Amino acid sequence: MSEERAQLLKGFTPKKLPREEYFGPGHRACQGCAPAVMLRHLLKVLGPNTVVATATGCAEIISSPYPQTAWKIPWIHSAFENAAATAAGIEAAYKALMRKKRIPKERIYVVSLAGDGGTADIGLQALSGALERGHDCIFICYDNEAYMNTGIQRSGLTPFGASTTTSPAGRIFKGQRTWKKDIAAIAAAHHIPYVATACVSYMKDMYAKMIKAADTRGPSFLHILAPCPTGWRCPPDMAIEIGRMAVQSGMFHLYEVENGVKRLTVKVKERIPVKEYIRAQGRFRHLTDEDIEEIQRRVDEEYERLLREAGEMA
Amino acid sequence: MGSKRVSLEVSEVCAEAVRLADVDVVAAYPITPQTHIAEVLSEMVADGVLDAEYINVESEHSAMSCCIGASAAGARSFTATSAQGLALMSEMLYIASGLRLPIVMALVTRTLSAPLSIWGDYSDIMSVRDCGWITLFAEDGQEVFDFTLQAFRIAEDERVLFPAMVCMDGFHLSHVLEPVDVISEEEARDFLPVYRPKYRLHPSDPVSMGCFAMPDYFSEIKKRQDEELKGSYPVILEVWREWEERFGRRYAPLMSYWVDDAEMILVIAGGYAGTARLAVEGMRKRGMKVGLVSWKLWRPFPLDDVREILGKAPLVLVVDRALSVGGAGGPIANEIRAAFYHEKVRPQVVSMVAGLSGRDVLQRDFEAMTKRAMELAERGEIPYYEMYGVRE
Ligand SMILES: Cc1ncc(C[n+]2csc(CCOP(=O)(O)OP(=O)(O)O)c2C)c(N)n1
Ligand code: SF4
Ligand SMILES: [Mg+2]
Repeated sequence: MSEERAQLLKGFTPKKLPREEYFGPGHRACQGCAPAVMLRHLLKVLGPNTVVATATGCAEIISSPYPQTAWKIPWIHSAFENAAATAAGIEAAYKALMRKKRIPKERIYVVSLAGDGGTADIGLQALSGALERGHDCIFICYDNEAYMNTGIQRSGLTPFGASTTTSPAGRIFKGQRTWKKDIAAIAAAHHIPYVATACVSYMKDMYAKMIKAADTRGPSFLHILAPCPTGWRCPPDMAIEIGRMAVQSGMFHLYEVENGVKRLTVKVKERIPVKEYIRAQGRFRHLTDEDIEEIQRRVDEEYERLLREAGEMA
Repeated sequence: MGSKRVSLEVSEVCAEAVRLADVDVVAAYPITPQTHIAEVLSEMVADGVLDAEYINVESEHSAMSCCIGASAAGARSFTATSAQGLALMSEMLYIASGLRLPIVMALVTRTLSAPLSIWGDYSDIMSVRDCGWITLFAEDGQEVFDFTLQAFRIAEDERVLFPAMVCMDGFHLSHVLEPVDVISEEEARDFLPVYRPKYRLHPSDPVSMGCFAMPDYFSEIKKRQDEELKGSYPVILEVWREWEERFGRRYAPLMSYWVDDAEMILVIAGGYAGTARLAVEGMRKRGMKVGLVSWKLWRPFPLDDVREILGKAPLVLVVDRALSVGGAGGPIANEIRAAFYHEKVRPQVVSMVAGLSGRDVLQRDFEAMTKRAMELAERGEIPYYEMYGVRE
């Protein structure tokens, strides 16, 4: 880790954050959009020697209406399901061009950036191929738990019970009927050097993981929970608070898998009831107390499994 | 050291041209009959005779996506595919063109499923007619070699900046051994210098590529893409002239034979033109005034050449190896018809669909189709299209 970055994590305060903005203000995200917050800080961590390949989705649509761009670093968008493959091509190009002395030899961070849909659903194949081949890229899934760009349709990472426009709460079905796919575990199953989950509401933890991903040689994967007030149906000024509640309730866990070893990075001493988290958002409005109890049982089970896997419980 | 004549399988000929182009990135996924190109290139990289990154992608969609990323980063990039692979990557073909990335692809033409068939026809390339790639049809191994090297030069020309593909018939061309004149590495470097992109993804000069356009910009961008793809035509001719000066082989958008006094011109693209030439030669010997056009440049569409050359005869027979199912029959025939619709003097156009899925079209078949076309024209009963040699 560079000295500068190490310093950043010591006594982490907003004042110490790099002042440079590489994700420019004036982009078109909704108020309170946590994915946009994530992007801003990602580029503060990585700096100007970064190139980003972005999948179709909110991150792309908010930032690149021709002839404008919010990106002050080299950036490309080509399609929805192929951010990982596009990034892989960029990485391979730099490798070849540096070896052949066509461009100066230096470290350039190559980032593949996609939403939950672009990562875990339609983009899973390209991601798996890229992870398996070992490209030196940072693969980022910003998870706002649905296809937001196209109007809040469900994805494989939409939580159980959430009402979306394609998993609506109706008279028979109560919203999303599947449990959130464990995309970080899928990435980790490729035995890449670094996998971590993060949440925009835990800024220091997120910075630490972005720094580790940057320092990793070979593929790293970050699964970052980023609340979307528009899709989660909560007030914009609640997005960060709701992200915190996701972690505090055990709906989302913060851990990392470094060279195969799993470690909890944020330990929640006393979990709050998932009910508090769920009741704060309109997308779960239709759920009854019994429905929430079912979710609570599942969360408890998963939490125990996580503690065991992370060596926190015998 | 100059050119030397070698005897190689045409897939190897293609790979050799790619090696001489000193590509930086190859991303390919195997599919019959493209496999030999992918294999030979990976051998070349493994042996160190080609200094490139070879990306063993998990699909053709990713193959083209990798080429897009690599080309955007300023690398000379290549892929090869066939049929289903082309269909799977078709989304990315349009994007490669829209992003103006000079990727080169070998398309080893094969029929699109179903029924599944590994054999050759042009249903794959015709399914992506409008994707905005410069498209060349090779007739033999020498053309595969020449066109592949030329494709990089044309695509990377600052006046062009479009991706380019070279089509060769699956098996009938890709898998046969042919004598080919191969140029030396020095000659190749001279003809095709290192790619120096005007814009590339690099921190030294950040650019955004692939922004979305609202309706108030979209049409302007499309119009420019259309005009500039057409604008590559003179550059292609220029490169062909230079190639002729350097290596003595001449090319034209439509290579024509015996057309000046022809009463009927037979039109075909790709490897089957060789057999067609023999057939036409035979008919000429018997006093029939038949001419031949072997189609080379498909996109940009050589409108003036079509009007000038095919306008010489009162009758044109187009043998298409693709079928627009439930539509207008032969794709090439219909583009020819459209080209002539507003002309005062225009030939009658007979559209025959033959040679699907690698079915042989022999000399006698070309003769039979010629006879049939002449009869139909004489009777004034030219149908929209006809399928030739199909059992009832
Ligand atoms: C092949 C293809 N299928 C569907 C779409 C439509 N589409 C564009 S973005 C998107 C959803 C994006 O969801 P996600 O990846 O979660 O990103 P978000 O918009 O939520 O940030 C969809 C369905 C597309 N562009 N391409
Ligand atoms: S819909 Fe959600 S993710 Fe998309 S810009 Fe708005 S707040 Fe951000
Ligand atoms: Mg999403």
